Formats: sequence, C-alpha cells, structure tokens
Amino acid sequence: MLLRHTTKEVKEREGLTINPAKTCQPIGAMYAALGVHGCLPHSHGSQGCCSYHRSTLTRHYKEPVMAATSSFTEGASVFGGQANLLQAITTIFSVYDPDIIAVHSTCLSETIGDDLQQICKKALDDGKIPEGKKVIYAPTPSFVGSHVTGYANMVKGIAEQFAESTGEKKNQINIIAGWMEPSDMREIKRLAKELNVNIVLFPDTSDVLDAPQTGTHEFYPKGGTTIEALKSTGDSFSSLALGCISAEPAAIALEKKCGVPFLTEDMPIGLSATDRFIMSLSKAAGVNVPDEITAERGRLVDVMTDMEQYFYEKKVALFGDPDQLIPLTEFLLDLNMKPVHIVSGTPGMRFEKRMKDILKRSPGSNFKNGMGADMFLLHQWIKNEPVDLLIGNTYGKYIARDEDIPFVRFGFPILDRIGH
Amino acid sequence: MESRNKYPDPSTIKEELLKKYPPKVAKKRAKAIVINDPEEIPQVQANTRTIPGIITQRGCSYAGCKGVVLGPTRDIVNLVHGPIGCSFYAWLTRRNQTRPDSPEGENYMTYCFSTDMQEEHVVFGGEKKLKQAIQEAYDLFHPKAIGIFSTCPVGLIGDDVHAVSKEMREKLGDCNIFGFSCEGYKGVSQSAGHHIANNQVFKHVVGLDDTDNGGKFKINMLGEYNIGGDAFEIERLLDKCGITLVASFSGNSTINQFENSHTADLNVIMCHRSINYMAEMMETKYGIPWMKVNFIGAESSAKSLRRIARYFEDDELMARVEEVIAEEMPAVDAIISDIYPRTKGKLAMLFVGGSRAHHYQELFAELGMETLSAGYEFGHRDDYEGRKVIPNIKIDADTKNIEELKVTADPDKFKPRRTEEELAKLKAEGLDIREYEGMMPDMKSGSLVIDDISHYESEKLIELYKPDIFCAGIKEKYVVQKMGVPLKQLHSYDYGGPYAGFTGAMNFYKDIDRMVNSRVWKLIQAPWEDVQSELEATYVTQ
Repeated sequence: MLLRHTTKEVKEREGLTINPAKTCQPIGAMYAALGVHGCLPHSHGSQGCCSYHRSTLTRHYKEPVMAATSSFTEGASVFGGQANLLQAITTIFSVYDPDIIAVHSTCLSETIGDDLQQICKKALDDGKIPEGKKVIYAPTPSFVGSHVTGYANMVKGIAEQFAESTGEKKNQINIIAGWMEPSDMREIKRLAKELNVNIVLFPDTSDVLDAPQTGTHEFYPKGGTTIEALKSTGDSFSSLALGCISAEPAAIALEKKCGVPFLTEDMPIGLSATDRFIMSLSKAAGVNVPDEITAERGRLVDVMTDMEQYFYEKKVALFGDPDQLIPLTEFLLDLNMKPVHIVSGTPGMRFEKRMKDILKRSPGSNFKNGMGADMFLLHQWIKNEPVDLLIGNTYGKYIARDEDIPFVRFGFPILDRIGH
Repeated sequence: MESRNKYPDPSTIKEELLKKYPPKVAKKRAKAIVINDPEEIPQVQANTRTIPGIITQRGCSYAGCKGVVLGPTRDIVNLVHGPIGCSFYAWLTRRNQTRPDSPEGENYMTYCFSTDMQEEHVVFGGEKKLKQAIQEAYDLFHPKAIGIFSTCPVGLIGDDVHAVSKEMREKLGDCNIFGFSCEGYKGVSQSAGHHIANNQVFKHVVGLDDTDNGGKFKINMLGEYNIGGDAFEIERLLDKCGITLVASFSGNSTINQFENSHTADLNVIMCHRSINYMAEMMETKYGIPWMKVNFIGAESSAKSLRRIARYFEDDELMARVEEVIAEEMPAVDAIISDIYPRTKGKLAMLFVGGSRAHHYQELFAELGMETLSAGYEFGHRDDYEGRKVIPNIKIDADTKNIEELKVTADPDKFKPRRTEEELAKLKAEGLDIREYEGMMPDMKSGSLVIDDISHYESEKLIELYKPDIFCAGIKEKYVVQKMGVPLKQLHSYDYGGPYAGFTGAMNFYKDIDRMVNSRVWKLIQAPWEDVQSELEATYVTQ
C-alpha cells in the first residue's frame, strides 16, 4: 500500500494539510506570462521558488520553461529586494532580450513588503527599460489562495498593463482564457474560426508549451498573444471570460480601464458548458452557429447515447481546480454519473456556491474546498464510500493504485504521461 | 588528446561566453569559468551569490535540507512550515527509493505534510498552527520523529521552530521532534540547506542509540540518497563482501539508523558536498575516520570496495572483495565491449548539483567518451580543487550566517577507531583518509570548468562544441533536446537507474548508447525543407 498510513476514520484537522489539492500562486503567474509572446516571466523572491515552478511546468509539458529570478539572499530579505530586481532587469534585457518581463512575487517578497509597482516604475525612471520594451507585474503572495489565484492575478496584470483604448472600436471579441492547457486554447481558436469570429485570446500558451522539435531552441517560441493584440483588447466589442475564478478578474479590470463590457462563462468542458460558450460567442459576434459545430455536438451526444449504460449511476471522486471542476462536475451529471467526493485546495465562496448549486442534482455528495480540502481527506472519503472512477492530477495515482480505482488524469499537473 | 584539436581554443570559448554580459556581470562570471590545468589547479569562484536575472539552475536552502538530506528517510514525518508550494514541489519529485521491512512498515515518503500558512499566520505568527499540526500528525500517525522545515516567511515573521519543537517533544514524550532553520534565502543555494540538515541531525539524532548490532566490518554510507535504487545496489555489494552497513545518510534510511550510526568504524562518503560536515563532526565527537569513495563506474566501484577492505586491513575481507569483483566484472565487460565501439570518442558535458558532475566522468571514460566541460550548481572550491584549499576559502557575507557547530570529543563515547600512527601508515600506503581531491585533477588540461552555469552559457557551449550528450536536470532537458542534442538527467536519471555499482554501470552504458545513437536526432528536419532535394511539381497543371 503506497498510502498505508491513511486511516478510514475522518478527524477534523486545523493545523495540518496532507497531500494538498493545490499549489502556490507564482506557478500560475509564470504559466500565464508564458502565454504572452516575447515575454520572460520573472520571480521576485529567492531562487528556489523559480526552480521549483519551472521544474513542475517542465515536467507537465515536457517542454522548456524559461523564467528568471531575483535570487534573494538573506541581506535582501531583510533590507528589501529592490536592488536585486533592478539588477535582474538590466541583466535580463542585455542577455535574453525579451520584449516584456512579467514580474510576480513570492511569499518572501510579499512578507517583507516589496512594492512591485514602485520598483518597476523606478526601473523605468532610471532608464533600465530599453525603448519599446515593457516590464509588467502582478503581486502573487503564496499564502493567499492557490496557483489558480496566481494565474488570475497575472492575467489581470496583463489586461491592466497592456490594454489601450483608442476610442475606435475594433471588430473583435476578447476571449480571456482561464487556466487551461495549450491544446484547449488551440481548440478555442479553432471553434472561433469555425464560427467566423475575430477573437483576441489571452493568455495563449499554444505554440509555446507544445512547440515542435526543429533542432533549434526558440527562447521565445512562435506562440503567445502579441503585444499588439494585447493593446487592442481595449478596443474590442466585448470580453468573454472563461472561468469565474481564473479569468473574470481580468475581464473586470479591462472593463474598468477601457470600458469593454464582459460576460463570464464556464470553461467549455463537457456538453452544457460548451453549448453555453458557443451560444455566448455567436451571440456576442452576431453570427450563426455553422452546421459543422452542430454536427460535432451531435457526435458527442451520440457517444453519450451509445455509452449510456457504462456511465449510469457510476460513482466518481474528483479533485482539481475550480474552473475545471465546475463544468466537469456538470458534465458528469449530464452523463448520469454521480460525483460523490470532490475536493479542491483552492478557497473561495463563489466557487463553493457554484459547486453546491450544481451538486443539488446529486444529493449526498461530499464537496469541500479551501483549508482542509486535501487529498488525504478525499482518500478517507473514498475508503468510507468507494467509487468507480477517480479523476485528477498525477498525485491521484497513489489512491487509484491502493484502492484499485480506474483513473483519469485530468488537470494540473500531469507528470507521468507524455503527449497528454 | 588528439580529438581536442578539433575544437576552438578554450580561451576563445570563454570570451564568447562572457561577451553578451554587462561589464559587472562579465567580471564576476569570468572568475567562475576557468580553463583547467590538472597540474596546477586554477582557482574557481564558487559558492557565491547568484547574479539576479541570469537564469540559474540553482534551488534554495530548503531544497537542500528537506528535499535532499531528510527527504529520503522513510519513518520521519517531514512537516514543512510555510505556504503550500515548498511542500508540494518536494512531493515525490526526487527519486529517493526506500524499502521498509514489511508492507505495513512505516513509510511517509508518499505523503506531503504542510502547515499551509495563510495570510493571518504571516501577520499574527504561525507557531500556534505549527503546534496544532504537530499534534495532529502525532495523533494520526504516531511517528518516531517529526522534522520541522522552515520556509522563507518563517524566519522573517520570527516563528521559532526550535522552541516549538522542544515544547512539543516534551509534551508528546515518545516522539523526537526537531526543527531546521532552512529558509530559502539562507546561503546562496541548496548547499546551505545541506549544512543546516547535517547540524540538526547530528545534534538531535546521532548517538542516541548505543546498541551494538554486531558485524565485523561496520561502516556508514554518507551522502548516498538512493536515487533510482543506487543505494540498493551498493548495499547488495557490501552485503556480498561481508561489510555491515550500520547507517546510510540517507538513502533507504530510518531514524534508528541515524541514532545508531556512531557505532560504525568507518564513514565512507559518496557525495562530499552534502555530507562532509557530518563526517567531520562524527570523527571529532566519536573518533570515526572517514574516506571518500565513488560507486559510480565499474572501475570506481571495484576501487572503492578495495579501499574499504584496505582500511580494515583484513586478509579475508580483501580476498572476498576480490572474489566479488571477479564475479561482477565479466557481465560488465561483455556489455562494454559491445557498446564501446559506438560511444568511443564522443563528447560529454556535465552540469549537475554538487558531486555527480565529477563522479559520472568515470562512467563516460569507461565508454571511451571525453568530458569537455563540467561544473556544479552549488559545489564549493574544495569540490573543484580539493580539500587542501579549505584553509584559504573565505566565507563571504552570504554564507557566514550558516551555523558552524562547535563539536568536541564525547567524554563517554569517543573511541578512536585507529590511532593517528595507523592512519598515517595507511595514508603513506596510498589510502587517502580524510581526503577529497576534487573534480579538477581528474579533468583534462584545457577543459572548461564552469560554476553555477547560466542558461545563456549552456546554450553557447552547446552551440560552440556541439557535444554528443549534455548532462543536467529537468529544467535543461527539453531546451537542450530542442537543439538536437540528447540530455541525460543526472538528478532523476530520466526515471531509470540504478547507475551505481556494477549493475548501475551496465544500465548507464545501455542508456547512453541508446541516447547518443538514437535515430530520432537524424529525423528532425522535414525532407521538404532539405535544400538539397528540390520538389518536383509533378501535378501542377498550366
């Protein structure tokens, strides 16, 4: 037994988290920044964080993940990290020549109270930022929320610090991607093309974290939303935020800054959420849904019909991040399955409320998020009420093996498969 | 040596590596990039702070302490005091394997424990939550020991993990609880964390259990973390030779092994960087001499076994060791004679942690491969130049706050295993007790030694030398492979292993042969992009 010390009896814990269903903010900010073309993420903290975040993203994508760090020492930790960040900005622009540096913080720089906005302004005032280059920032304290919060903060930072309104509307719609895979972003772009809608998708990690083997390492891969496109988001007709936790804050910021109205939808996972996405996008752009998309939908419903007997009343345990769990749980219910145990380490009342609403269709289900909602608890729940299927990231495999449950790898991170 | 001539002059390469840096950065990096001369070892700048923004491979003190040294011990609950990330990222990411006595035996390595500090704890302090977490871990698991690891914010807000540990140890009675002030900003790399880990394990654990468990030739294996089963292979060899392994620091280890480790008669060191502190402290306090060994490479493994036998000066043991080597070598020879023609003359580069960049050069030499350039992330000058430079190493401002324990001979337990005369005699016979010569004497003249290599320097090196294989870690793996050069991970072994001992050597030969001779490297270019072959537009109509 891999998790041999996990007991069946559930005891309330207040101090101890065991096998978390989340990680910390900066990795989400790093991922988001990689979705901007020509951008180098920068971690303002001690270098361990940056190495860990790069390693985890690398293990998930099997791709290079570039980022720099302020490399705090004890001196900087006591007296502030301004000098480190200024020095880093100079080194980065002369050696790695990005168009943009996207700075995020860590628990270290947040605890000592470094003000990223002030330091970045100082870099500009001191002439450390070359002509035509840009340094953006997002505070990402690791002791608040989770990696999803960090993603949301950086996407918000991107929206706030790039968008410009020229007063002239552009025939385009912003799609603000919640934390999803490069392949999902590619699919969003494909659907928009099928619908014949002009979109600006940001961030966009397709062609960054799924780059081809060419014999050359492209330090700044071909993908990523361009500066020009990001600037133009202020002139778009409207924004569609995919994910109320990870994408909506950016939509709100964009509305505040440039008056771009927005609509928030769930990430298009499963039948119902995808229906809503297609409807919203077609409505926003005033286009009809082409037959090909209706046919695709029909093929999915066909599979659901054909496989109905295998799904019906099957109990599922799942764990992961809010904006995926919400539509995924809904999809499981559409499949007549029973999501009986769900945990997410990410806190948030709004997430909790959405899940509880959806789970009204599944009386008796266990759901917990935030403090105490870890995979140790999930495993204990499973021991008390066994399930037929487990869905979640790589760390679910230990539960799956011990309890002999079929396992679907889903979400972040997936470290032990290639080509996912 | 003749193959060297194909390559640009190393001083030209060095110039190239520095060219793009701003002047201050170039000046500092120039001291960390040296052209080797094994006859007159040049001085390397090492263990100094990382240049902000340069893109380093380095991690932090927490990683060195919790991730490296304590991580592999299966029956200690390693509780990380801090926000969730540090604990999450060290969760089963280093491949320290372990083998409990029974399927029910204690093993917490698959678990990740954290106090999951929130904003309120940063503001009002996290000691209360830490105590609660210790109590809950105790109630749930009743472990023999709990280690508390501090992360960045802990030191800044002033949580006293040592006082909390002491209080909870007294309260709970039958659980050894000890803390580590291994905040990520301490020192300049993982290295500070090694030192902190050594100190606390020495202070709170070593020497607690005097039981003599028998065995004629008793040793501890220091600085061997059982990545991919390396320690299992070494244990197999020791066992076969009749050498008793009292404790391993810390691959496949238990806390009781640490407690009992002072009953051994010799400490042998694999990874000098991470554990030399422990060896020195154990010698001062208990009188156990230490010796460097290397079980990476078949020849090195044979040599290391012989050296252990020579220390004990026992004819029977020496004969047994020779028998074991004779039994093991034929399989190794058979494989190497098959592979050697396909690997001979190829070029390797190694940039790994604090010891493997040296050890693995042996394996490449056995494959007939040349190491053109190598370096550590966080080695100190003694790992490069040998321990003889230790008296000349200046401890700079970034490192001087790492505690040096004042150790004296234990009034009851100090027992010199050998007299100074005996040790001098062994030394005169060529057994280098208390010695490590470092990496550079084993590297060729004109090879480039680079400390804390940056991303930029790695890419340039590959561009200029076009090596056949590059050895580093996960962060470099896909960068280098995108350049069309295979990268062997020498931290995780690319999920393979073991690479230690005779079995390990054979595994390594096969893996390297597979990688450097893989067809995939020839398939990168699409045929239609080959300028040599112009497409004929057969189907195009007018």
